[in-house]
Amino acid sequence: MTLSLGKKITFYILLIISALLLAGPMLMAIVMSFMTNQDILSGSLPTALTFDNYIAAFEKFPLMKFLLNSFIVSTVIMLGQLILASLAAYAFVFMEFKGRDLLFFIFIGTMMVPFEASVIPNFHIIRDLNWIDTYPGLTVPFFATAFGTFLLRQNFKQIPKELREASLIEGIGDFKFFLTVVLPVAKSSLITLGAYGFLTSWNMYLWPLLATTNDSVRTVQIGLKQLQTQEQLNDWGMIMAGAVTVIIPTLILLFLGQKRLQKGLTEGAIK
Amino acid sequence: MSQVELINISKSYDKQKDVLDGINLTIEEGEFFVLVGPSGSGKSTLLRMIAGLEDITGGFLKIGGHTVNHLPPKDRNLSMVFQNYALYPHLTVEQNILFGLKARKVDKQEQQKRLKDAAEMLGLTDLLKRKPRELSGGQRQRVALGRSVVSHAPLCLMDEPLSNLDAKLRANMRVEIRRLQKRLGLTMIYVTHDQVEAMTMGDRIMVLNDGKIQQVGKPITLYNEPENLFVATFIGSPKMNLADAAFSEDGRFLIIENNIKIAVDSALFTNIPRNRKLKIGIRAEHLFPGMTKKENIHNVEVVNVEQLGNETMIAFEVGSELWTAKWTGQWNIQYSQRIPIQILPEYLLFFDAESGKLIQSAQEGKRQEVVSV
Repeated sequence: MTLSLGKKITFYILLIISALLLAGPMLMAIVMSFMTNQDILSGSLPTALTFDNYIAAFEKFPLMKFLLNSFIVSTVIMLGQLILASLAAYAFVFMEFKGRDLLFFIFIGTMMVPFEASVIPNFHIIRDLNWIDTYPGLTVPFFATAFGTFLLRQNFKQIPKELREASLIEGIGDFKFFLTVVLPVAKSSLITLGAYGFLTSWNMYLWPLLATTNDSVRTVQIGLKQLQTQEQLNDWGMIMAGAVTVIIPTLILLFLGQKRLQKGLTEGAIK
Repeated sequence: MSQVELINISKSYDKQKDVLDGINLTIEEGEFFVLVGPSGSGKSTLLRMIAGLEDITGGFLKIGGHTVNHLPPKDRNLSMVFQNYALYPHLTVEQNILFGLKARKVDKQEQQKRLKDAAEMLGLTDLLKRKPRELSGGQRQRVALGRSVVSHAPLCLMDEPLSNLDAKLRANMRVEIRRLQKRLGLTMIYVTHDQVEAMTMGDRIMVLNDGKIQQVGKPITLYNEPENLFVATFIGSPKMNLADAAFSEDGRFLIIENNIKIAVDSALFTNIPRNRKLKIGIRAEHLFPGMTKKENIHNVEVVNVEQLGNETMIAFEVGSELWTAKWTGQWNIQYSQRIPIQILPEYLLFFDAESGKLIQSAQEGKRQEVVSV
């Protein structure tokens, strides 16, 4: 399609405006994190760039501790989701039992119940288990994921049934087949689900807020909020420095993930 | 010794109509046995029941003399080749071939020895490090064969293994599979919907239709003496020419489609009931050119001519049926031309029109068979 010059210019202007609208706040945060407080509050352009905000953020608050907590919580949730979802998806695809499809649809149906609706019962459970302020309290409620099971089931379904049948004849049991064939073949969607699970838990706010009462296992998103309210006059430079630090792992994961996700691994199984 | 025995095997899904019914069959050791039938006839289901991938609803299945109805596939000591090859896409050719041996914990050296033998036999030696997606269809097929070769299982099941290949490669692989089977002395059960494959490969063929055995026998027997109309039309290409027929009231003529009269030769027609509705059949190659001959000549109008180079197919109408004659050599015949065709009574097969059962096969066909053997 070729566009006339006038149309092209209009399109590009519109695109640039929307790009700025989308990326603007982030750009502002990054710039602000390097500015002195005076510049920020006077609303002028930065006169000097400084790392003071970053140093302050790490010194005044246990930001490292928060980051570590977030990392542990997100990793554990990611692994838990991968293990449970892949096992469940395997059962839904390769095992035959009565009411399998009905069970699956009920399972999928739980996706319609928003997380907020189950917050209170979940909270009761972890309180009764004495899991407040512990890693299990932060992670275990998120292990079972209908979305992840659904995603992996769709992917496993593309694995030809003949592969399972061939392995049955060769005497390979379900678990071995799962480990040696299904997981490697479905690698790309496992990575997708892993990245998705990690990022979602990294950005969680409500649950960590409820399930923690002190800084010992608190995650970084709550920490950010604390940066903001501790002082009467907000130190915006420091808050932005904290926020930028928090999005770095997200970005790294995104860049790493993109390349791996593009690898198609299933081609060639059948003609 | 019989390798596989099926005793009154039946299969139904959800207590519905039987997909397979009353299958009795014995397959000998070292035999190349072909199950052939149109799609939906139950041939694949039967094979999968032998493999243990489907439950057996009724009857007994014996392999090597033991009832194996409830044994899992791995304990039945067999190998199987699937239509889509079922190669593990993330493993190399070598790993694919050895996958089953590793699972069975076969000794490492033994594994390598079997791999080497199989790779040499199938011409895969240079491809061992490749992934399935880097192979052509024929090569993938050979890897799948390699997997069943290294398993050293005496019984090999194949489910339409050639249907994904192009015609030329298919002809090649037919020969290769056949040679492999003879060399290794395997008992082979081979499922196909292609009657040419069945005819050319099988020691014995079983024709299946609608879940029932139509006929079991040597390819040439099925061709010459089809037990019923289904087998008559299914085996052979072009298919056997069929037509309704009845005797004239005085019994002196056989009238085909109210159209062609054939004088009754009492020696040939003694066993044929006069008072029943009949179907007659005649093979395309038995409809001879009638230019230089005198007896039993009928003039027909040509509706289609196919030149194959070494032979010519001529289609013409007999009453409501379209018949094909196969003449050797090249014939310059035009559309709508009238040509003389010789229909000799000794080449006719007689079927009961109602039951479809064979009453009498062609006298001449049998004689030729005896000579050729």
